Amino acid sequence: MSSLTRDKETEPVIWHPVEEEGHGHGGGATLIGFWIYLMSDALIFAALFATFGVLSTNYAGGPQPKEIFDLPLVALNTGLLLISSITFGFAMLEMQANRIGGTRLWLIITALFGVGFIGIELYEFSHLIAEGAGPQRSAFLSAFFTLVGTHGLHVTFGLIWIVVLLVQIAQRGLIVENQRRLICLSMFWHFLDIIWIGVFTFVYLLGVLR
Amino acid sequence: MSAQAKDEHIDHGPGDGYSHGTHRSYLTGFGLAVVLTAIPFWLVMSGVLNTQTTILIVFACAFVQIIVHAIYFLHLDTRSESGWTLMAFVFTVVIVGITIIGSIWIMYHLDVNMMPMGPGKLPGAS
Amino acid sequence: MNDALLKTIFGRLTWESFPLHEPILLVTFIVVILLGAGIVGAVTYFRLWGWLWRDWFTSVDHKKIGIMYIILGIIMLLRGFADALMMRAQQAMAFGANEGYLPSHHYDQICTAHGTLMIFFVAIPLVVGIVNFVMPLQIGARDVAFPFLNNLSFWLTVAGALLVMVSLFVGEFAKTGWLSYAPLAGIEYSPDTGVDYYLWALQIAGIGTTLSGINMVATIIKMRAPGMTMMKMPVFVWTALCSNVLVVAIFPALTVAFMLLMLDRYVGTNFFTNDLGGNPMMYWNLVWIWGHPEVYVLILPVFGIYSEVTSTFTGKRLFGYSSMVYATVVITILSYIVWLHHFFTMGSGASVNSFFGIATMVISIPTGAKIFNWLFTMYRGQIRYDLPMMWVIAFMLTFVVGGMTGVLLAVPPADFVLHNSLFLVAHFHNVIIGGVVFGLFAGIIYWFPKAFGFHLDPTWGKVGFWGWVIGYWIAWTPIYIVGLMGVPRRVNYIEDASLQPYFIVAAIGALIILVGILGFVMSIVMGIVKRDKLRDVTGDPWNGRTLEWSTASPPPAYNFAFTPMIHDLDAWYDMKSRGYERPVEGYRPIHMPRNTGAGVILSALALVFGFAMIWYIWWLAAVALLGLFIVAIGHTFNYNRDYYIPSEDVMQIESQRLQALKSAGA
Repeated sequence: MSSLTRDKETEPVIWHPVEEEGHGHGGGATLIGFWIYLMSDALIFAALFATFGVLSTNYAGGPQPKEIFDLPLVALNTGLLLISSITFGFAMLEMQANRIGGTRLWLIITALFGVGFIGIELYEFSHLIAEGAGPQRSAFLSAFFTLVGTHGLHVTFGLIWIVVLLVQIAQRGLIVENQRRLICLSMFWHFLDIIWIGVFTFVYLLGVLR
Repeated sequence: MSAQAKDEHIDHGPGDGYSHGTHRSYLTGFGLAVVLTAIPFWLVMSGVLNTQTTILIVFACAFVQIIVHAIYFLHLDTRSESGWTLMAFVFTVVIVGITIIGSIWIMYHLDVNMMPMGPGKLPGAS
Repeated sequence: MNDALLKTIFGRLTWESFPLHEPILLVTFIVVILLGAGIVGAVTYFRLWGWLWRDWFTSVDHKKIGIMYIILGIIMLLRGFADALMMRAQQAMAFGANEGYLPSHHYDQICTAHGTLMIFFVAIPLVVGIVNFVMPLQIGARDVAFPFLNNLSFWLTVAGALLVMVSLFVGEFAKTGWLSYAPLAGIEYSPDTGVDYYLWALQIAGIGTTLSGINMVATIIKMRAPGMTMMKMPVFVWTALCSNVLVVAIFPALTVAFMLLMLDRYVGTNFFTNDLGGNPMMYWNLVWIWGHPEVYVLILPVFGIYSEVTSTFTGKRLFGYSSMVYATVVITILSYIVWLHHFFTMGSGASVNSFFGIATMVISIPTGAKIFNWLFTMYRGQIRYDLPMMWVIAFMLTFVVGGMTGVLLAVPPADFVLHNSLFLVAHFHNVIIGGVVFGLFAGIIYWFPKAFGFHLDPTWGKVGFWGWVIGYWIAWTPIYIVGLMGVPRRVNYIEDASLQPYFIVAAIGALIILVGILGFVMSIVMGIVKRDKLRDVTGDPWNGRTLEWSTASPPPAYNFAFTPMIHDLDAWYDMKSRGYERPVEGYRPIHMPRNTGAGVILSALALVFGFAMIWYIWWLAAVALLGLFIVAIGHTFNYNRDYYIPSEDVMQIESQRLQALKSAGA
């Protein structure tokens, strides 16, 4: 366009495009903005993973991963989170089909799996602390609790967010704003699943192999 | 799939250029993720291979699974937001790599140079 | 009342927490209270609270938020510089038998506060403020991508700054240096509130900065005017983009480092402790993963300012635009792999040190390329030596020296000799004052007429300029010299009295800088006083080249009545040179975001939360946290976030502007 107007000096240059109604604010940037936030959050986890990586063998005479990690439990937890990912996917498909009931149903199912995940994690943590393997015991355990706990905290926020959105969908239906929020939440939820891949690989599996 | 009309609906809705999945793509992603989760867990829990190989495979599975998730669940592709999403993702991967590998590299050398016994063998310094 | 109850209500806050026995603090406290009461009284007397709240505090207008950021930065500059003067005075007298007037626990707090304030609450707010004000105008946008978030970011920064200020009079500030290194900052060696003030203030402000970074990146990606491809963006926008990408990429590392240190202090974990497997050097590692790129977060937008100013005041297109862009991008990436040069002496060994040493030297190449670009832009240009251009020249002469001492320090063996010495302190003041601060002044003076419609007073501006430039060299040359001789940093007393003359010269230099600061403040005051004489009605006082100069000064709330179409780099120059005429009809209603008080309320709650955590007032922290959740979630139930400026209003504003332009003969 620009080269066209350049070459043909005789043609008038367009200095102002015709604007669409209500264009150019907020909405269009939300998804990329949220994506950038997720990238930033990924770097929070990167720093936590780095810390864990550096401190992961500093047992200070305390328990070692082999003694305290219960892999079947972790596998179960991983399964729950993975299933919650696909159920959230179904919620998104329902949203695209503009079906409020289906969207809400799948969101609730997702939330239940999320609650299950958090429940098992809390059980694991309390169990460890009761055994004397709490976060104060050694640098390895500090790093473990903080990394896994930060992920769990994110999942908890996701759960709160699901509840809030369920209310908002009930109030206003699948209006554009709510659809946008659902897309953001789905990105958040799937992002947490990706982080969990790192956690079970780097923390649990690698820990047991050591 | 029968998403022609809905496609249009969403493109004028919440965000231009946002790509989304279909039933089939979600299920494909889920299937792959299950397999890629099962393999490392099985390898570690059964201990059929030696540790070195197991670690390699476990990491390879994790790497592939992250890509699977990104493509099938986060709908990462070259088109959405004119490629900015992908560019941000790649940039982040690089920075994540620098942060984790760099830190471990630096601190490993610190341990080697400053703690001749090796960090793992220290009996609680207190 | 018994002790247990008092402890539940007030945590560890007692009467002893108020430094009534410290005369210096008491006087400061009284002065601050009187000043504060005076300001509050004046605002109340003139009935300005409503106006402030409606038009400024709750505003989501990027221009107003930018201006508020800059005001915050200037106020904190005064506080930070007062700290600097106190340190210079102490160091000038504390030799031999004289121990000076500042005991070490006080000196250490001042030293920490100076560094913390200057970076987090002066440099960052000023840079963010200028980016906030200028960038959307330069890309032809009507606001940033997330206007409410922008307001929240600003107030979170204010909350952090307020926490630091509170530490002056309630309890004390950290004594641990500006990055509060572990293990000194751990609970074992710093059990009092100082480090907690530091951590919470920076954590709260840091969240604000991260959000602002996300906001600016999304704005540049999504809201450029039609036709503005990446390679047609003004250089300042490019540098703002790279700087904010860095913000998003590095602040997480700082957040994590502080979070882990907090856990160490509050929960008793062992990340950075000396025992139970903790590794204090990991704190250094995380902090500098943030810390080094942070330098580029500050300097890149300032490089952008230099580019805009040089190009405008030489009347030429910037030499080597694309090389400038590539240099910026390369610096952005390289800045992420140099962090270890801040702790070469830690003992990571030759291989690690060589890698980071070489990477550090490499980064000076794109930086050097930029200097040549500016020089070649000036070459054969019609240079107008207005104040902004004078700052550019001073920058080039000063910054290059700082850059070279930086390359010197990048050589690990040299660093082993010079680390922890005043040479290093002189180096980073050289690049931050000579680079960032000079550029910020150039930027403020350059864009001030855009923001307010009149110039800063140029005579006082020149006083400010010469005060800063001469003062800088007199203050820091002796510090370079004693640093090279091996005087360590962070000390409040030196035994060898033969070194005293150097420090006296440095103190004189600091006083000359004080003249520079006062000159700058006076240029604002006299600018306001003589605003009718210094008025600019054209909106384009410097014969500018980029889009912000096509708007009125100050720009209307919606910035552009018609979104511009960009055909070339230096869009406004292109418009002017091809006979652009302003449209006089066809106005449409303009879609704008609505003001909201949620940002102020959230930040106030964050401030209370931080204060309660610092003083172990758990019930208050819980209440504040709950409040934060309720307000944040409540805000998402507000769907009524925008409105339309009716086309009649737009027409009225625009025709007034056309009238003014006509009567000015433009």
